[in-house]
Amino acid sequence: MIPRFLRRKNYRQSLTYLAAGILIAAVTLYLALPILALFLRVTPEMFFTALHDPDVISALWLSLITTSITLAVVILVGTPFAYFHCRYSYPGKVIVDTLIDLPLVLPPAVAGVALLVLYGRVGILGRYFNMFGISIAFTTLAVVMAQIFVASPFYLRQAKSLFEQLDPAYEQTAQTLGASSLRTLALVTLPMTAGGLVSGAVMTFGRALGEFGATIMFAGNLPGVTQTMPLAVYVGMEGSNINVGLTISILLVIISFTIMIIVRLIQKREAGRA
Amino acid sequence: MVKRLRDFTLDLTLSAKPGQITVLMGLNGSGKSTTLNIIAGLLQPDTASITLNGECLCGTREGVDMPAEDRRIGYVLQNPAVFPHMTVRDNVAFGLRARHLPRKVISERIDSWLERMHIAGLDGVKAGSLSGGQKQRVALARALATEPVLLMLDEPFTALDAESTQTAKDLTRRFVRDMNIPCILVTHRVTDSEEIGDRACVLCQGRMEWEGVPGAMPALCTVCRCT
Repeated sequence: MIPRFLRRKNYRQSLTYLAAGILIAAVTLYLALPILALFLRVTPEMFFTALHDPDVISALWLSLITTSITLAVVILVGTPFAYFHCRYSYPGKVIVDTLIDLPLVLPPAVAGVALLVLYGRVGILGRYFNMFGISIAFTTLAVVMAQIFVASPFYLRQAKSLFEQLDPAYEQTAQTLGASSLRTLALVTLPMTAGGLVSGAVMTFGRALGEFGATIMFAGNLPGVTQTMPLAVYVGMEGSNINVGLTISILLVIISFTIMIIVRLIQKREAGRA
Repeated sequence: MVKRLRDFTLDLTLSAKPGQITVLMGLNGSGKSTTLNIIAGLLQPDTASITLNGECLCGTREGVDMPAEDRRIGYVLQNPAVFPHMTVRDNVAFGLRARHLPRKVISERIDSWLERMHIAGLDGVKAGSLSGGQKQRVALARALATEPVLLMLDEPFTALDAESTQTAKDLTRRFVRDMNIPCILVTHRVTDSEEIGDRACVLCQGRMEWEGVPGAMPALCTVCRCT
């Protein structure tokens, strides 16, 4: 009698399971091993010692402050922008749509060069700012501007898609009940899209925190002024202090992981509501 | 009212009497919902003269176009659009708060309408978790609580089961009579028209093709010569 596992149908099924298992394991390991290696390379003592390094503390604070400002600007300007962009037709709307998406595919270093060409000391606009003693490039403001340029599409795309998908019946009903546009936005539109907006904001925060290319081109790498966490990793790994580089890398991994968990939880809650 | 649409021009004269339900019928895409949206102020007509209780809501000749939020029309759209993140009570209170009525009045009106719609037990429930029939009743209570001078209902019974449909019809009929306000109801079901309507109008490609007592209405396709 032929063993059960060798029967034709079962044999094929087993092969499929085996192939699927190998593929899933390979992809998972490819993504997880480098992260694991980071944690294995640094001992807890090394990690906590490096955490007290002034360069780490300075980079950490600068990153948190600039990223928070970026997030606040993106939410405060991006939310009404996305709302008006969805609700009204205007000439060149398609071009604006493309411009919103452009930073997602543009190499960050190119974005940094573009910002430098515009706002640098001898840049197209920067030279006029310079005449009034205002310098933008290579300042903390430049860090924020680079982060906004690179990270804002994550929020804008999400907000745009949420406002487009919301059934107009909700806003129309609010209007016929006597609510002004502002009241409708505050009490109906925003609460009904809040989950998705928070998820977009969290992704924007994560992207801004990890921003490197545009920042180094436009803001430079000045400790305490423009040296954010990713830039401090670069400097550390170049040889000045590898432990600092590794410690900040681990911090960034932990923050990124937390961000992903938050986004997942929000998505799960939203799916539950629907 | 006249409004140029993609496939035809909506060109219509319509009147609705207080205490009566005027049923607007027609095949899909005949301009029924567009008509309601123009009356509600949600859609701009090309030319129109819309008056309600002698007050001009929209008059292209006079240059009048009252915003939707000032028209005092209770409008329940095809999607009843109860706000899912609010409780039933907050849904009914929405229009009253938007009109800045005193708190005491708001509270009394909510209690009264929840009671009359038989949803008093649901006042603290999040509206997103209600059934189709309950949502419809909340939407109706919300629209009527503002004491509108015109009630408009767009396909209000489409998503309801037989029992909820009957309840919604009874409630609608009773409140239109009690409040003595005109009601325009859009439906494509002849039975709805016969059961609840005092007068029926059949729209076809934006024009009024037939008007009369619902029971005397010929088959839709005969009127519209569409199919």
